[in-house]
Amino acid sequence: MNYFFQKFGRILVIWLPLGWLLLFFMLPLVEMINVSFSEARRAVPPYIPAFQIGSGGFSFRPVLDNYLLIYEYWEDYLWPAINSIRLAFFSTLYCLLFAYPMAWWIARSNKSIQHILLILVLMPFWTSSLLRMYALIGLLNPNGFINDVLIWAGITVTPIQMMQTDFSIYSGMILTYLPLMILPLYASLVRLDVSIIEAAADLGAKKWDIFRTIVLPLSIPGIVAGSLLVFIPAVGEFVIPALLGGPEQLMLGKVIWTEFFRNRDWPVAAAIAIILIAIIILPIVYARYQDRERIS
Amino acid sequence: MRRDVPLLIKALGIAGFGILYIPVMIMIIYSFNSSKLVAVWAGFSTKWYKELWTDDILLTALYKSLLIGVSSATISTVFGLLIAIAFVRFSVFKGRLILSLVASAPLVMPEAVTGLSMLLLFIAMEISFGWPSGRGVDTIMIAHATFGMCFAAVVIQTRLRDMDKYLEEAARDLGGRQPFVFLSITLPLILPSIIAAWLLSFTLSFDDLVIASFVSGPGSSTLPIVIFSKIRLGVSPEINAIATLMILTISILVLFGSILILKREDKK
Repeated sequence: MNYFFQKFGRILVIWLPLGWLLLFFMLPLVEMINVSFSEARRAVPPYIPAFQIGSGGFSFRPVLDNYLLIYEYWEDYLWPAINSIRLAFFSTLYCLLFAYPMAWWIARSNKSIQHILLILVLMPFWTSSLLRMYALIGLLNPNGFINDVLIWAGITVTPIQMMQTDFSIYSGMILTYLPLMILPLYASLVRLDVSIIEAAADLGAKKWDIFRTIVLPLSIPGIVAGSLLVFIPAVGEFVIPALLGGPEQLMLGKVIWTEFFRNRDWPVAAAIAIILIAIIILPIVYARYQDRERIS
Repeated sequence: MRRDVPLLIKALGIAGFGILYIPVMIMIIYSFNSSKLVAVWAGFSTKWYKELWTDDILLTALYKSLLIGVSSATISTVFGLLIAIAFVRFSVFKGRLILSLVASAPLVMPEAVTGLSMLLLFIAMEISFGWPSGRGVDTIMIAHATFGMCFAAVVIQTRLRDMDKYLEEAARDLGGRQPFVFLSITLPLILPSIIAAWLLSFTLSFDDLVIASFVSGPGSSTLPIVIFSKIRLGVSPEINAIATLMILTISILVLFGSILILKREDKK
Protein backbone atom coordinates (compact mmCIF):
# COMPACT_ATOMS: atom_id res chain seq x y z
CA MET A 1 0.00 0.00 0.00
CA ASN A 2 2.73 2.40 1.03
CA TYR A 3 4.68 1.46 -2.07
CA PHE A 4 1.65 2.17 -4.21
CA PHE A 5 1.29 5.67 -2.73
CA GLN A 6 4.95 6.38 -3.16
CA LYS A 7 4.86 5.33 -6.79
CA PHE A 8 1.65 7.24 -7.39
CA GLY A 9 3.00 10.35 -5.67
CA ARG A 10 6.14 10.24 -7.79
CA ILE A 11 4.11 10.10 -10.99
CA LEU A 12 1.99 13.02 -9.76
CA VAL A 13 5.03 15.14 -8.85
CA ILE A 14 6.48 14.66 -12.34
CA TRP A 15 3.36 14.71 -14.45
CA LEU A 16 1.41 17.61 -12.94
CA PRO A 17 3.98 20.26 -13.96
CA LEU A 18 5.08 18.35 -17.05
CA GLY A 19 1.48 18.04 -18.23
CA TRP A 20 0.84 21.73 -17.59
CA LEU A 21 3.97 22.84 -19.45
CA LEU A 22 3.32 20.51 -22.37
CA LEU A 23 -0.25 21.81 -22.62
CA PHE A 24 0.40 25.53 -22.11
CA PHE A 25 3.94 25.93 -23.41
CA MET A 26 4.77 23.23 -25.97
CA LEU A 27 1.33 22.93 -27.55
CA PRO A 28 1.11 26.72 -28.14
CA LEU A 29 4.45 26.57 -29.99
CA VAL A 30 3.17 23.68 -32.11
CA GLU A 31 -0.01 25.64 -32.82
CA MET A 32 2.09 28.69 -33.73
CA ILE A 33 4.04 26.61 -36.26
CA ASN A 34 0.70 25.37 -37.57
CA VAL A 35 -0.61 28.95 -37.95
CA SER A 36 2.62 30.09 -39.62
CA PHE A 37 1.94 27.57 -42.41
CA SER A 38 -1.72 28.48 -42.75
CA GLU A 39 -3.57 30.66 -45.18
CA ALA A 40 -4.55 34.19 -44.14
CA ARG A 41 -8.16 35.28 -44.68
CA ARG A 42 -10.48 38.06 -43.65
CA ALA A 43 -12.58 36.33 -41.01
CA VAL A 44 -12.53 35.30 -37.37
CA PRO A 45 -10.00 33.84 -36.73
CA PRO A 46 -8.04 35.43 -39.59
CA TYR A 47 -6.51 32.21 -40.92
CA ILE A 48 -7.35 28.71 -42.18
CA PRO A 49 -5.24 26.31 -40.09
CA ALA A 50 -2.79 24.18 -42.04
CA PHE A 51 -3.67 21.19 -39.90
CA GLN A 52 -7.24 20.89 -38.81
CA ILE A 53 -9.44 18.28 -37.14
CA GLY A 54 -13.05 19.05 -37.97
CA SER A 55 -16.34 17.34 -38.71
CA GLY A 56 -15.01 16.02 -42.01
CA GLY A 57 -12.01 14.24 -40.48
CA PHE A 58 -8.70 16.00 -40.48
CA SER A 59 -7.15 18.05 -43.23
CA PHE A 60 -3.53 19.01 -43.76
CA ARG A 61 -2.86 21.81 -46.20
CA PRO A 62 0.31 23.69 -45.30
CA VAL A 63 1.06 26.79 -47.37
CA LEU A 64 4.37 28.61 -47.57
CA ASP A 65 2.67 31.95 -48.35
CA ASN A 66 3.67 33.64 -45.09
CA TYR A 67 7.34 32.78 -45.35
CA LEU A 68 7.28 33.73 -49.03
CA LEU A 69 5.70 37.05 -48.07
CA ILE A 70 8.52 37.69 -45.63
CA TYR A 71 10.98 36.76 -48.39
CA GLU A 72 9.24 39.01 -50.91
CA TYR A 73 9.14 42.03 -48.59
CA TRP A 74 12.47 41.08 -47.09
CA GLU A 75 13.48 44.69 -46.59
CA ASP A 76 10.59 45.22 -44.19
CA TYR A 77 11.50 42.17 -42.13
CA LEU A 78 15.24 41.78 -42.62
CA TRP A 79 16.08 45.23 -41.25
CA PRO A 80 14.22 44.68 -37.99
CA ALA A 81 15.96 41.30 -37.69
CA ILE A 82 19.40 42.86 -38.28
CA ASN A 83 18.47 45.75 -35.96
CA SER A 84 17.46 43.30 -33.24
CA ILE A 85 20.80 41.51 -33.44
CA ARG A 86 22.83 44.74 -33.75
CA LEU A 87 21.11 46.59 -30.90
CA ALA A 88 21.14 43.51 -28.65
CA PHE A 89 24.82 42.89 -29.42
CA PHE A 90 25.98 46.42 -28.61
CA SER A 91 23.67 46.59 -25.59
CA THR A 92 25.36 43.45 -24.29
CA LEU A 93 28.77 45.02 -24.91
CA TYR A 94 27.88 48.26 -23.12
CA CYS A 95 26.34 46.32 -20.23
CA LEU A 96 29.59 44.37 -19.95
CA LEU A 97 31.67 47.58 -19.91
CA PHE A 98 29.57 49.10 -17.13
CA ALA A 99 29.08 45.85 -15.20
CA TYR A 100 32.73 44.80 -15.02
CA PRO A 101 34.00 47.57 -12.70
CA MET A 102 30.79 47.31 -10.65
CA ALA A 103 31.16 43.54 -10.23
CA TRP A 104 34.85 43.95 -9.37
CA TRP A 105 34.04 46.57 -6.77
CA ILE A 106 31.34 44.38 -5.19
CA ALA A 107 33.52 41.27 -5.24
CA ARG A 108 36.47 43.05 -3.57
CA SER A 109 34.54 45.00 -0.92
CA ASN A 110 34.28 43.87 2.67
CA LYS A 111 31.20 41.92 3.71
CA SER A 112 28.92 44.70 4.94
CA ILE A 113 29.49 46.96 1.92
CA GLN A 114 29.15 43.92 -0.34
CA HIS A 115 25.67 43.23 1.06
CA ILE A 116 24.55 46.82 0.54
CA LEU A 117 25.87 46.90 -3.03
CA LEU A 118 24.28 43.54 -3.89
CA ILE A 119 20.91 44.74 -2.62
CA LEU A 120 21.35 47.92 -4.69
CA VAL A 121 21.98 45.77 -7.78
CA LEU A 122 19.03 43.47 -7.12
CA MET A 123 16.42 46.10 -6.29
CA PRO A 124 15.96 47.57 -9.79
CA PHE A 125 15.78 44.02 -11.15
CA TRP A 126 12.58 43.43 -9.15
CA THR A 127 10.85 46.64 -10.21
CA SER A 128 8.92 46.92 -13.44
CA SER A 129 11.00 47.55 -16.56
CA LEU A 130 8.05 49.37 -18.13
CA LEU A 131 8.06 51.93 -15.31
CA ARG A 132 11.82 52.37 -15.42
CA MET A 133 11.62 52.96 -19.19
CA TYR A 134 8.95 55.55 -18.49
CA ALA A 135 11.28 57.23 -15.99
CA LEU A 136 14.00 57.25 -18.66
CA ILE A 137 11.67 58.99 -21.13
CA GLY A 138 11.32 61.79 -18.57
CA LEU A 139 15.09 62.23 -18.75
CA LEU A 140 15.64 61.92 -22.50
CA ASN A 141 12.62 63.81 -23.89
CA PRO A 142 13.27 67.04 -25.85
CA ASN A 143 11.73 68.87 -22.88
CA GLY A 144 13.06 66.31 -20.43
CA PHE A 145 15.42 66.66 -17.49
CA ILE A 146 18.76 66.32 -19.33
CA ASN A 147 17.86 68.88 -22.00
CA ASP A 148 16.58 71.24 -19.32
CA VAL A 149 19.89 71.06 -17.49
CA LEU A 150 21.92 71.44 -20.72
CA ILE A 151 19.93 74.49 -21.85
CA TRP A 152 20.06 76.02 -18.36
CA ALA A 153 23.84 75.55 -18.29
CA GLY A 154 24.10 77.18 -21.70
CA ILE A 155 25.68 74.14 -23.37
CA THR A 156 23.02 74.01 -26.08
CA VAL A 157 20.34 76.42 -27.21
CA THR A 158 18.01 73.91 -28.85
CA PRO A 159 17.18 70.57 -27.22
CA ILE A 160 19.32 67.61 -28.30
CA GLN A 161 17.44 64.76 -29.94
CA MET A 162 17.98 61.76 -27.65
CA MET A 163 14.68 59.90 -27.91
CA GLN A 164 14.14 57.58 -30.89
CA THR A 165 17.87 57.09 -31.43
CA ASP A 166 20.25 54.20 -30.87
CA PHE A 167 21.38 56.09 -27.76
CA SER A 168 17.94 55.89 -26.16
CA ILE A 169 17.70 52.16 -26.94
CA TYR A 170 21.12 51.48 -25.40
CA SER A 171 20.23 53.56 -22.32
CA GLY A 172 17.02 51.58 -21.91
CA MET A 173 18.77 48.24 -22.38
CA ILE A 174 21.50 49.11 -19.86
CA LEU A 175 18.90 50.30 -17.36
CA THR A 176 16.92 47.08 -17.78
CA TYR A 177 19.62 44.43 -18.12
CA LEU A 178 22.67 45.72 -16.19
CA PRO A 179 21.80 43.66 -13.03
CA LEU A 180 21.66 40.48 -15.15
CA MET A 181 25.23 41.12 -16.32
CA ILE A 182 26.59 42.12 -12.89
CA LEU A 183 25.42 39.03 -10.97
CA PRO A 184 27.21 36.27 -12.94
CA LEU A 185 30.31 38.50 -13.31
CA TYR A 186 30.32 39.06 -9.55
CA ALA A 187 29.91 35.32 -8.95
CA SER A 188 32.98 34.52 -11.06
CA LEU A 189 35.09 37.40 -9.69
CA VAL A 190 34.33 36.65 -6.02
CA ARG A 191 35.66 33.11 -6.46
CA LEU A 192 38.90 34.40 -7.96
CA ASP A 193 41.85 33.64 -5.72
CA VAL A 194 43.39 36.96 -4.65
CA SER A 195 46.74 35.33 -3.86
CA ILE A 196 47.35 34.71 -7.58
CA ILE A 197 46.99 38.43 -8.21
CA GLU A 198 49.24 39.25 -5.26
CA ALA A 199 51.86 36.77 -6.48
CA ALA A 200 51.83 38.36 -9.93
CA ALA A 201 52.09 41.84 -8.40
CA ASP A 202 54.99 40.74 -6.17
CA LEU A 203 56.78 39.41 -9.22
CA GLY A 204 56.48 42.83 -10.79
CA ALA A 205 53.55 42.46 -13.15
CA LYS A 206 51.84 45.70 -14.13
CA LYS A 207 48.16 46.21 -13.25
CA TRP A 208 47.03 46.07 -16.86
CA ASP A 209 49.01 42.87 -17.48
CA ILE A 210 47.51 41.25 -14.36
CA PHE A 211 44.05 42.11 -15.63
CA ARG A 212 44.71 40.93 -19.18
CA THR A 213 46.49 37.66 -18.36
CA ILE A 214 44.88 36.58 -15.06
CA VAL A 215 41.62 38.29 -14.14
CA LEU A 216 40.04 38.45 -17.60
CA PRO A 217 40.64 34.79 -18.60
CA LEU A 218 39.39 33.57 -15.21
CA SER A 219 36.21 35.60 -15.45
CA ILE A 220 35.26 34.32 -18.91
CA PRO A 221 32.54 31.95 -17.59
CA GLY A 222 30.91 34.96 -15.91
CA ILE A 223 31.22 37.06 -19.07
CA VAL A 224 29.63 34.33 -21.20
CA ALA A 225 26.79 33.71 -18.73
CA GLY A 226 26.09 37.43 -18.30
CA SER A 227 26.21 38.07 -22.04
CA LEU A 228 23.67 35.31 -22.70
CA LEU A 229 21.41 36.61 -19.93
CA VAL A 230 21.45 40.06 -21.54
CA PHE A 231 21.56 39.22 -25.25
CA ILE A 232 18.70 36.69 -25.29
CA PRO A 233 15.97 38.86 -23.76
CA ALA A 234 17.36 41.97 -25.50
CA VAL A 235 16.90 40.41 -28.98
CA GLY A 236 13.20 39.82 -28.39
CA GLU A 237 12.59 43.04 -26.48
CA PHE A 238 9.31 44.83 -27.16
CA VAL A 239 8.87 47.56 -24.54
CA ILE A 240 12.21 49.30 -25.20
CA PRO A 241 11.91 49.73 -29.00
CA ALA A 242 8.21 50.56 -28.62
CA LEU A 243 8.71 53.33 -26.06
CA LEU A 244 12.23 54.63 -26.75
CA GLY A 245 12.95 53.71 -30.37
CA GLY A 246 11.96 55.31 -33.65
CA PRO A 247 11.51 53.76 -37.11
CA GLU A 248 15.30 53.30 -37.35
CA GLN A 249 15.28 51.13 -34.22
CA LEU A 250 12.52 48.72 -35.25
CA MET A 251 13.06 45.29 -33.67
CA LEU A 252 11.42 41.90 -34.27
CA GLY A 253 9.49 41.91 -30.98
CA LYS A 254 7.78 45.10 -32.09
CA VAL A 255 7.19 43.78 -35.63
CA ILE A 256 5.33 40.76 -34.19
CA TRP A 257 3.22 43.14 -32.14
CA THR A 258 2.44 45.41 -35.13
CA GLU A 259 1.65 42.52 -37.49
CA PHE A 260 -0.63 41.03 -34.89
CA PHE A 261 -2.46 44.00 -33.40
CA ARG A 262 -2.38 46.56 -36.20
CA ASN A 263 -2.21 44.59 -39.47
CA ARG A 264 -4.12 41.65 -38.01
CA ASP A 265 -1.98 39.29 -40.08
CA TRP A 266 -1.64 36.46 -37.58
CA PRO A 267 0.07 33.89 -39.85
CA VAL A 268 2.87 36.35 -40.71
CA ALA A 269 3.24 37.28 -37.02
CA ALA A 270 3.62 33.57 -36.25
CA ALA A 271 6.20 33.13 -39.02
CA ILE A 272 8.24 36.08 -37.68
CA ALA A 273 8.03 34.61 -34.17
CA ILE A 274 9.56 31.40 -35.49
CA ILE A 275 12.40 33.35 -37.11
CA LEU A 276 12.96 35.12 -33.76
CA ILE A 277 13.17 31.75 -31.97
CA ALA A 278 15.80 30.64 -34.49
CA ILE A 279 17.88 33.76 -33.74
CA ILE A 280 17.74 33.01 -30.01
CA ILE A 281 18.54 29.29 -30.28
CA LEU A 282 21.85 29.94 -32.10
CA PRO A 283 23.79 31.58 -29.22
CA ILE A 284 22.38 29.05 -26.71
CA VAL A 285 23.51 26.09 -28.79
CA TYR A 286 26.88 27.76 -29.31
CA ALA A 287 27.31 28.29 -25.54
CA ARG A 288 26.36 24.67 -24.82
CA TYR A 289 28.86 23.51 -27.42
CA GLN A 290 31.61 25.67 -25.89
CA ASP A 291 30.75 24.35 -22.43
CA ARG A 292 31.14 20.77 -23.59
CA GLU A 293 34.46 21.62 -25.26
CA ARG A 294 35.77 23.15 -22.03
CA ILE A 295 34.73 20.14 -19.93
CA SER A 296 36.28 17.59 -22.31
CA MET B 1 42.69 39.79 3.16
CA ARG B 2 41.10 41.81 0.45
CA ARG B 3 43.04 44.35 -1.55
CA ASP B 4 41.76 47.88 -1.77
CA VAL B 5 39.56 48.66 -4.71
CA PRO B 6 41.22 51.32 -6.93
CA LEU B 7 39.55 54.71 -6.91
CA LEU B 8 38.93 54.60 -10.67
CA ILE B 9 36.93 51.38 -10.38
CA LYS B 10 34.90 52.82 -7.50
CA ALA B 11 34.14 55.91 -9.58
CA LEU B 12 33.03 53.76 -12.53
CA GLY B 13 30.95 51.64 -10.16
CA ILE B 14 29.24 54.69 -8.71
CA ALA B 15 28.51 55.88 -12.25
CA GLY B 16 26.92 52.50 -12.97
CA PHE B 17 24.69 52.73 -9.91
CA GLY B 18 23.88 56.27 -10.99
CA ILE B 19 22.53 54.95 -14.29
CA LEU B 20 20.37 52.44 -12.43
CA TYR B 21 18.93 54.90 -9.94
CA ILE B 22 18.94 58.48 -11.26
CA PRO B 23 16.03 58.17 -13.75
CA VAL B 24 13.73 56.67 -11.13
CA MET B 25 14.78 59.21 -8.49
CA ILE B 26 14.07 62.15 -10.77
CA MET B 27 10.70 60.63 -11.64
CA ILE B 28 9.89 60.31 -7.91
CA ILE B 29 10.81 63.95 -7.33
CA TYR B 30 8.66 65.13 -10.23
CA SER B 31 5.68 63.09 -8.99
CA PHE B 32 5.42 65.71 -6.24
CA ASN B 33 5.40 68.57 -8.73
CA SER B 34 2.26 70.65 -8.51
CA SER B 35 2.46 71.78 -12.16
CA LYS B 36 0.72 69.82 -14.91
CA LEU B 37 3.68 70.68 -17.12
CA VAL B 38 6.19 67.98 -16.44
CA ALA B 39 9.32 69.99 -17.08
CA VAL B 40 8.49 72.98 -14.90
CA TRP B 41 8.90 72.74 -11.14
CA ALA B 42 6.08 74.71 -9.53
CA GLY B 43 6.25 73.64 -5.92
CA PHE B 44 5.60 70.60 -3.77
CA SER B 45 2.22 68.93 -3.94
CA THR B 46 0.65 65.52 -3.36
CA LYS B 47 -2.41 66.21 -5.49
CA TRP B 48 -1.50 63.65 -8.18
CA TYR B 49 -1.54 60.93 -5.56
CA LYS B 50 -4.98 62.03 -4.40
CA GLU B 51 -6.23 61.97 -7.98
CA LEU B 52 -5.15 58.35 -8.38
CA TRP B 53 -7.82 57.23 -5.90
CA THR B 54 -10.56 58.72 -8.04
CA ASP B 55 -9.38 57.05 -11.26
CA ASP B 56 -11.76 54.08 -11.61
CA ILE B 57 -10.04 52.55 -14.65
CA LEU B 58 -6.78 52.49 -12.76
CA LEU B 59 -8.25 51.01 -9.58
CA THR B 60 -10.09 48.26 -11.52
CA ALA B 61 -6.86 47.43 -13.34
CA LEU B 62 -4.98 47.34 -10.03
CA TYR B 63 -7.54 44.93 -8.58
CA LYS B 64 -7.26 42.65 -11.64
CA SER B 65 -3.45 42.74 -11.54
CA LEU B 66 -3.44 41.82 -7.84
CA LEU B 67 -5.95 39.01 -8.40
CA ILE B 68 -3.96 37.59 -11.33
CA GLY B 69 -0.66 38.10 -9.51
CA VAL B 70 -1.70 36.31 -6.31
CA SER B 71 -3.40 33.37 -8.01
CA SER B 72 -0.77 32.81 -10.69
CA ALA B 73 2.07 33.15 -8.16
CA THR B 74 0.44 30.52 -5.97
CA ILE B 75 0.06 28.05 -8.85
CA SER B 76 3.63 28.88 -9.97
CA THR B 77 5.07 28.19 -6.53
CA VAL B 78 3.28 24.84 -6.06
CA PHE B 79 4.20 23.59 -9.53
CA GLY B 80 7.70 25.07 -9.27
CA LEU B 81 8.16 23.13 -6.03
CA LEU B 82 7.06 19.92 -7.78
CA ILE B 83 9.52 20.53 -10.62
CA ALA B 84 12.32 21.21 -8.13
CA ILE B 85 11.54 18.01 -6.18
CA ALA B 86 11.49 15.99 -9.39
CA PHE B 87 14.90 17.31 -10.46
CA VAL B 88 16.69 17.24 -7.13
CA ARG B 89 15.17 14.21 -5.39
CA PHE B 90 14.40 11.81 -8.27
CA SER B 91 17.68 10.92 -9.90
CA VAL B 92 16.43 9.12 -12.97
CA PHE B 93 12.93 9.17 -14.36
CA LYS B 94 11.16 8.94 -17.66
CA GLY B 95 10.65 12.34 -19.18
CA ARG B 96 13.48 14.06 -17.27
CA LEU B 97 14.93 15.43 -20.50
CA ILE B 98 11.55 16.70 -21.71
CA LEU B 99 10.77 18.27 -18.33
CA SER B 100 14.14 20.02 -18.20
CA LEU B 101 13.53 21.31 -21.72
CA VAL B 102 9.99 22.62 -21.17
CA ALA B 103 10.87 24.00 -17.72
CA SER B 104 13.83 26.03 -19.00
CA ALA B 105 12.69 27.10 -22.47
CA PRO B 106 10.10 29.60 -21.13
CA LEU B 107 12.96 31.38 -19.32
CA VAL B 108 14.59 32.36 -22.62
CA MET B 109 11.50 32.70 -24.82
CA PRO B 110 10.79 36.31 -25.88
CA GLU B 111 7.60 37.56 -24.26
CA ALA B 112 6.04 38.46 -27.60
CA VAL B 113 6.51 34.87 -28.82
CA THR B 114 5.13 33.30 -25.61
CA GLY B 115 2.15 35.66 -25.65
CA LEU B 116 1.37 35.14 -29.33
CA SER B 117 1.67 31.33 -29.18
CA MET B 118 -0.53 31.09 -26.08
CA LEU B 119 -3.19 33.27 -27.62
CA LEU B 120 -3.19 31.11 -30.78
CA LEU B 121 -3.63 27.99 -28.62
CA PHE B 122 -6.47 29.55 -26.60
CA ILE B 123 -8.26 30.48 -29.83
CA ALA B 124 -7.75 27.00 -31.32
CA MET B 125 -9.06 25.45 -28.09
CA GLU B 126 -12.06 27.73 -28.05
CA ILE B 127 -12.94 26.73 -31.62
CA SER B 128 -12.44 23.02 -30.88
CA PHE B 129 -14.13 22.59 -27.51
CA GLY B 130 -15.49 25.94 -26.44
CA TRP B 131 -13.01 26.55 -23.65
CA PRO B 132 -11.78 29.13 -22.76
CA SER B 133 -14.75 31.16 -23.96
CA GLY B 134 -13.12 34.46 -24.82
CA ARG B 135 -10.04 35.77 -23.12
CA GLY B 136 -9.83 37.46 -19.77
CA VAL B 137 -8.52 37.14 -16.26
CA ASP B 138 -8.34 33.32 -16.40
CA THR B 139 -6.26 33.17 -19.59
CA ILE B 140 -3.80 35.78 -18.27
CA MET B 141 -3.55 33.77 -15.05
CA ILE B 142 -2.74 30.56 -16.93
CA ALA B 143 -0.13 32.33 -19.06
CA HIS B 144 1.54 33.93 -16.05
CA ALA B 145 1.51 30.70 -14.04
CA THR B 146 3.18 28.92 -16.96
CA PHE B 147 6.31 31.05 -17.11
CA GLY B 148 6.21 31.83 -13.39
CA MET B 149 6.58 28.17 -12.40
CA CYS B 150 9.84 27.89 -14.38
CA PHE B 151 11.36 30.83 -12.44
CA ALA B 152 9.98 29.44 -9.16
CA ALA B 153 11.51 26.04 -9.96
CA VAL B 154 14.97 27.59 -10.44
CA VAL B 155 14.78 29.45 -7.11
CA ILE B 156 13.54 26.44 -5.10
CA GLN B 157 15.90 23.98 -6.82
CA THR B 158 18.99 25.88 -5.68
CA ARG B 159 17.85 25.75 -2.06
CA LEU B 160 16.69 22.13 -2.19
CA ARG B 161 20.05 21.07 -3.60
CA ASP B 162 21.95 22.86 -0.81
CA MET B 163 19.72 21.33 1.86
CA ASP B 164 21.13 18.61 4.07
CA LYS B 165 19.60 15.42 2.67
CA TYR B 166 20.49 13.40 5.78
CA LEU B 167 17.92 15.28 7.89
CA GLU B 168 15.19 13.81 5.70
CA GLU B 169 16.76 10.37 5.75
CA ALA B 170 17.12 10.44 9.51
CA ALA B 171 13.45 11.36 9.94
CA ARG B 172 12.46 8.53 7.60
CA ASP B 173 14.69 6.04 9.43
CA LEU B 174 13.00 7.02 12.67
CA GLY B 175 9.71 5.95 11.15
CA GLY B 176 8.37 9.19 9.68
CA ARG B 177 5.96 8.74 6.79
CA GLN B 178 6.85 10.47 3.52
CA PRO B 179 4.14 13.21 3.67
CA PHE B 180 4.96 13.86 7.35
CA VAL B 181 8.71 14.09 6.69
CA PHE B 182 8.10 16.49 3.84
CA LEU B 183 5.77 18.77 5.79
CA SER B 184 7.73 18.84 9.05
CA ILE B 185 11.37 18.64 7.89
CA THR B 186 11.80 19.61 4.24
CA LEU B 187 9.23 22.37 3.92
CA PRO B 188 10.40 24.50 6.89
CA LEU B 189 14.00 24.21 5.68
CA ILE B 190 13.26 25.43 2.17
CA LEU B 191 10.62 27.96 3.25
CA PRO B 192 12.75 31.08 2.48
CA SER B 193 13.17 29.90 -1.10
CA ILE B 194 9.44 29.19 -1.38
CA ILE B 195 8.65 32.73 -0.22
CA ALA B 196 11.25 34.14 -2.61
CA ALA B 197 9.79 32.05 -5.46
CA TRP B 198 6.28 33.29 -4.70
CA LEU B 199 7.42 36.92 -4.60
CA LEU B 200 9.37 36.52 -7.84
CA SER B 201 6.42 34.97 -9.70
CA PHE B 202 4.13 37.62 -8.25
CA THR B 203 6.28 40.53 -9.43
CA LEU B 204 6.81 38.88 -12.84
CA SER B 205 3.05 38.63 -13.22
CA PHE B 206 2.32 42.06 -11.74
CA ASP B 207 4.85 43.77 -14.08
CA ASP B 208 4.08 41.83 -17.24
CA LEU B 209 2.83 43.90 -20.15
CA VAL B 210 3.53 41.92 -23.32
CA ILE B 211 2.11 38.46 -22.54
CA ALA B 212 -0.93 39.96 -20.79
CA SER B 213 -1.62 42.19 -23.81
CA PHE B 214 -1.81 39.15 -26.09
CA VAL B 215 -3.96 36.90 -23.90
CA SER B 216 -6.23 39.54 -22.37
CA GLY B 217 -9.70 40.21 -23.69
CA PRO B 218 -11.90 43.30 -23.67
CA GLY B 219 -12.44 44.53 -20.12
CA SER B 220 -9.59 42.57 -18.60
CA SER B 221 -6.84 45.17 -18.85
CA THR B 222 -4.20 44.77 -16.17
CA LEU B 223 -2.34 47.67 -14.56
CA PRO B 224 0.68 47.53 -16.94
CA ILE B 225 -1.67 47.53 -19.96
CA VAL B 226 -3.46 50.65 -18.68
CA ILE B 227 -0.16 52.34 -17.80
CA PHE B 228 1.33 51.49 -21.21
CA SER B 229 -1.61 53.08 -23.03
CA LYS B 230 -1.26 56.16 -20.80
CA ILE B 231 2.51 56.38 -21.43
CA ARG B 232 1.89 56.36 -25.19
CA LEU B 233 0.01 59.63 -24.72
CA GLY B 234 3.07 61.20 -23.11
CA VAL B 235 4.74 61.85 -19.77
CA SER B 236 2.28 63.02 -17.11
CA PRO B 237 2.51 63.70 -13.38
CA GLU B 238 -0.25 61.15 -12.79
CA ILE B 239 1.86 58.29 -14.24
CA ASN B 240 4.80 59.60 -12.19
CA ALA B 241 2.67 59.09 -9.11
CA ILE B 242 1.51 55.52 -9.97
CA ALA B 243 5.00 54.51 -11.00
CA THR B 244 6.44 55.94 -7.77
CA LEU B 245 3.95 54.02 -5.64
CA MET B 246 4.58 50.73 -7.49
CA ILE B 247 8.37 51.05 -7.47
CA LEU B 248 8.55 52.11 -3.80
CA THR B 249 6.26 49.27 -2.66
CA ILE B 250 8.30 46.62 -4.45
CA SER B 251 11.63 48.17 -3.40
CA ILE B 252 10.68 48.24 0.28
CA LEU B 253 9.51 44.60 0.14
CA VAL B 254 12.73 43.52 -1.60
CA LEU B 255 14.83 45.53 0.83
CA PHE B 256 13.26 43.87 3.87
CA GLY B 257 13.40 40.43 2.24
CA SER B 258 17.09 40.75 1.30
CA ILE B 259 18.05 42.01 4.76
CA LEU B 260 16.25 39.05 6.37
CA ILE B 261 17.90 36.52 4.04
CA LEU B 262 21.37 38.06 4.41
CA LYS B 263 21.06 38.07 8.22
CA ARG B 264 20.09 34.40 8.17
CA GLU B 265 23.08 33.58 6.00
CA ASP B 266 25.42 35.49 8.30
CA LYS B 267 24.30 33.39 11.25
CA LYS B 268 25.41 30.19 9.52
